[in-house]
Amino acid sequence: MTHAIEVRDLVVERGKRRVLHGISCDIPAGSVTGLLGPSGSGKTTLIRAIVGVQIVRSGQVTVLGQPAGSAPLRRELGYVTQAPSVYADLSVRENARYFAALHGLGAAEADRAITDVGLAGATHQLVGNLSGGQRSRASLACALIGEPKLLVLDEPTVGQDPVLRADLWSRFHQLAAAGTTLLVSSHVMDEAGRCDRLLLVREGRLIGDDTPAAIRARSGTDDLEEAFLRLIRQLDEVAA
Amino acid sequence: MSLRITLATAGRILRQLRHDRRTVALLLVVPALLLGLLYFMYDGSGATFDRIALIMLGIFPFVIMFLVTSIAMLRERTTGTLERLLTTPLGKLDLLFGYGLAFGLAATLQGAVATGAAYWLLGLQTTGNAGLVVLIAVVNAVLGVALGLFCSAFARTEFQAVQFLPVVVVPQILLCGLFVPREQMVGWLEVVSNALPLTYAVEALAQVGVAPDPTTTMWRDLSIVAGAAVIALVLAAATLRRRTA
Repeated sequence: MTHAIEVRDLVVERGKRRVLHGISCDIPAGSVTGLLGPSGSGKTTLIRAIVGVQIVRSGQVTVLGQPAGSAPLRRELGYVTQAPSVYADLSVRENARYFAALHGLGAAEADRAITDVGLAGATHQLVGNLSGGQRSRASLACALIGEPKLLVLDEPTVGQDPVLRADLWSRFHQLAAAGTTLLVSSHVMDEAGRCDRLLLVREGRLIGDDTPAAIRARSGTDDLEEAFLRLIRQLDEVAA
Repeated sequence: MSLRITLATAGRILRQLRHDRRTVALLLVVPALLLGLLYFMYDGSGATFDRIALIMLGIFPFVIMFLVTSIAMLRERTTGTLERLLTTPLGKLDLLFGYGLAFGLAATLQGAVATGAAYWLLGLQTTGNAGLVVLIAVVNAVLGVALGLFCSAFARTEFQAVQFLPVVVVPQILLCGLFVPREQMVGWLEVVSNALPLTYAVEALAQVGVAPDPTTTMWRDLSIVAGAAVIALVLAAATLRRRTA
């Protein structure tokens, strides 16, 4: 299988508002794909559709060869929501052990995931007492447990210090090299260059789907932020 | 459903509770203190105290567990842990029975403390066995948990969640036969009372009050309460949606 995720003509409406306007894209297996776009562009909605918790209006989402949200996928998927979804009234280790238990795994796997995100020094602290950055790493640790084939991370690096951010990205690439598919959303463009592939979303539409190098070449600038702007202008000119 | 995941979930909920020492203290002590209050209110009329305290031993765990669970479940929804859990191998019933089990255990401790205080400190007297009182209290607590899980699906905020107490719990207390004997109620109220699970819990407790051995009526009533709890849990499962807007 070359594509871990296939999205076809995905339309999502929330209330009366159309949030995604027919998105189609393929996400290659064993790679780090960045999902970039401003806040409110529909990144989280697309992610929720991929992990199978979003009611969709029309279109198909296929994940690892199965319809998104189907039961066998729940063993293959690690999902980190934007707000850290871990129990604030449990310690880091208790959180990790619970998520390990859901996958039939034990304390050793839980502890390894905690070490992987650099929280080994805080295992016994209550998540509620951690800083925002530590809290989202605790949430990430819970998703790493069980070596999922697909990791979907909604803004995992927000609030992390630069050194840790670099560590996390190199960890993501190690995982991808071992065959894991990662979809990582971000609204900061300086992270885009770290991805193997980029999906650029704006106002519920996909305006770019390529490697960072190809996007740079197409827009004629090395700066991805500027490249994003140029792509938007080109589209606006076509529309006008 | 998986027993392993259900037990892991119950363990997780109990661990959360353990970190919240004040809640544990309140859960254990408050019912006993309220019974103490009743004791002084009915000072000198032992028979009335016996009747009301016995019923209260069933009502307190029902009310408290209803409140605690509806807030706990609402928190799972608002903090995103529920959405995340539903993308893991956890089944809906694993989560709900996990809650039932965890708070059922908490209720066993609570019931033991409250019943112990009632019999030994406050001189409660029943013809039947105190162990049965604890058993009925625990089944009642599980009913409270199940209804709390179900109702939390209809609340978006904590403010809304606590409003379900007067809607779902208070009518059951008013109509269970504590204030007005059920057979003296207007016909239609008695019919409503017959449809409310707490009525049977109270009747079961009253049986323990008057009969030396467990009666068939008591076992029938207890099964009705347990059945209502299971139905509420299944209904709560139906309100848990993996996909949301």
